[in-house]
Amino acid sequence: MNKHSELAVYNFAYLDEQTKRMIRRAILKAIAIPGYQVPFASREMPMPYGWGTGGVQVTASILGPDDTLKVIDQGADDTTNAVSIRAFFQKVAHVAVTTKTAQATIIQTRHRIPEETLQDNQVLVYQVPIPEPLRFLEPRETETRKMHALEEYGLMHVKLYEDIARNGHIATTYAYPVKVEGRYVMDPSPTPKFDNPKMHRSQALQLFGAGREKRIYAIPPYTDVVSLDFEDHPFEVQQFEEPCALCAASGVYLDEVVLDDRGGRMFVCSDTDYCEKRRENGHRGHLNGETAGAAK
Amino acid sequence: MNDHPLLRVNAVTKYYGSRVGCTDVSFNLWPGEVLAIVGESGSGKTTLLNAISTNLMPTSGTVEYRMRDGQFRDLYRMGEAERRFLMRTDWGFVHQNPADGLRMTVSAGANVGERLMAIGNRHYGNIRQEATQWLGRVEIDADRIDDQPRDFSGGMRQRLQIARNLVTGPRLVFMDEPTGGLDVSVQARLLDLVRGLVNDLGLSAIVVTHDLAVARLLSHRMMVMKEGRVIEHGLTDRVLDDPREPYTQLLVSSILQV
Repeated sequence: MNKHSELAVYNFAYLDEQTKRMIRRAILKAIAIPGYQVPFASREMPMPYGWGTGGVQVTASILGPDDTLKVIDQGADDTTNAVSIRAFFQKVAHVAVTTKTAQATIIQTRHRIPEETLQDNQVLVYQVPIPEPLRFLEPRETETRKMHALEEYGLMHVKLYEDIARNGHIATTYAYPVKVEGRYVMDPSPTPKFDNPKMHRSQALQLFGAGREKRIYAIPPYTDVVSLDFEDHPFEVQQFEEPCALCAASGVYLDEVVLDDRGGRMFVCSDTDYCEKRRENGHRGHLNGETAGAAK
Repeated sequence: MNDHPLLRVNAVTKYYGSRVGCTDVSFNLWPGEVLAIVGESGSGKTTLLNAISTNLMPTSGTVEYRMRDGQFRDLYRMGEAERRFLMRTDWGFVHQNPADGLRMTVSAGANVGERLMAIGNRHYGNIRQEATQWLGRVEIDADRIDDQPRDFSGGMRQRLQIARNLVTGPRLVFMDEPTGGLDVSVQARLLDLVRGLVNDLGLSAIVVTHDLAVARLLSHRMMVMKEGRVIEHGLTDRVLDDPREPYTQLLVSSILQV
């Protein structure tokens, strides 16, 4: 048939059809109950737990031959995790892949939401390590399930209270708990809280897969996602003092890059695709040219 | 005191398989009243307390509680959500071991504030102010508010547990051996504190203890249990000064005199 025919032992997108049906059922249930963690029979994947086994299973189940896949890790398309997962799906599903946010129909992500606003024909798949937002205060699974069922979320605020008592402000900067559609409290996976507002009434479907913990949850399009806070300590996102050193973007999430051992550093867009696109459009940051060229 | 009891316990029986936990226990608890349940180890005191406080479903019998709207409700016929809400607002439960009733890994302030946050208080300043005030009432220095209970002494932990339970202004508090494991001088201070709080707040309380001195100091009425049954029931002073049942006489005469 084609040059991949020696891989015929794999079903399309690696998982067998029964498994995909099982995962799709879990996804449908998750969409029907926004923010609710649906248990599913997570499979062994050809990668270690913690590398995105949950996200990969969700992607494999929703992927079709016509989809275009983008995979990001900390916002970047060129890191190990992103490159391997992209190569994996190229190999087992022969789908088109891209690094351009606007061209992708499915975006699998670890830790970031792209800066570009997602559209209603796109699906964002998150890799989630620990889906239970109440876990660190209540170790018993039976009890946390009951707390979700009865909407007993006082404990979540105990965590935020502790933050303020210790640091003077809410010091949680990632995996910041949100309330979905006024009902379930959800852990948005370890995305920076900078990205929390992007989840609110997003046009794109957002799916969350936790492979080791065997849970799938979802935020359907146009769903209210509100970050928890106190009246006198309202939710706020990180602020950056300088724009991206390469593309001069402000109001985006920046990574700090150490340049030498004498305290030199630069701040660059964590979303590499966004940064490249801006540079193509002629935006120039103060370090673009010299340092970026020197680093190559 | 009010005309209606706060709690009506009717023929509560709990079997563990074929073994008796407690059998056929009935009593009423009135608003503002402290009832002590005494007896030796294994006499069914704790089983009875758990059966009343909805921690342990009894084999038979009913427990009815007068809600704030004045209606009696059967605790075991309520929805779980409502029952749990009742437990964390209108009730308190003081465990013998403070580690069971506290969150040991969060600060004292958060421990006291948890119930406030659970009922929807979302103002950090107010929660903290209320917590500070309650720590003061249980004689814990305000500068310990950000310390974790594991840095506290046994007596302080127990006082913190009491503050944590009383912060929502409950009407009924269950105490399981509240002074167990504390040395005598700390016991005395704790009892003094509890007695003061019960009087000030008009609480009703059910106190399980094997220590007759605790019953004497805290309670208005007492029940003596043996082998799962209530064998004697009356005003505390009457039962302790004029015990009628042979077992109660034995119990009272067993108190060590110094």
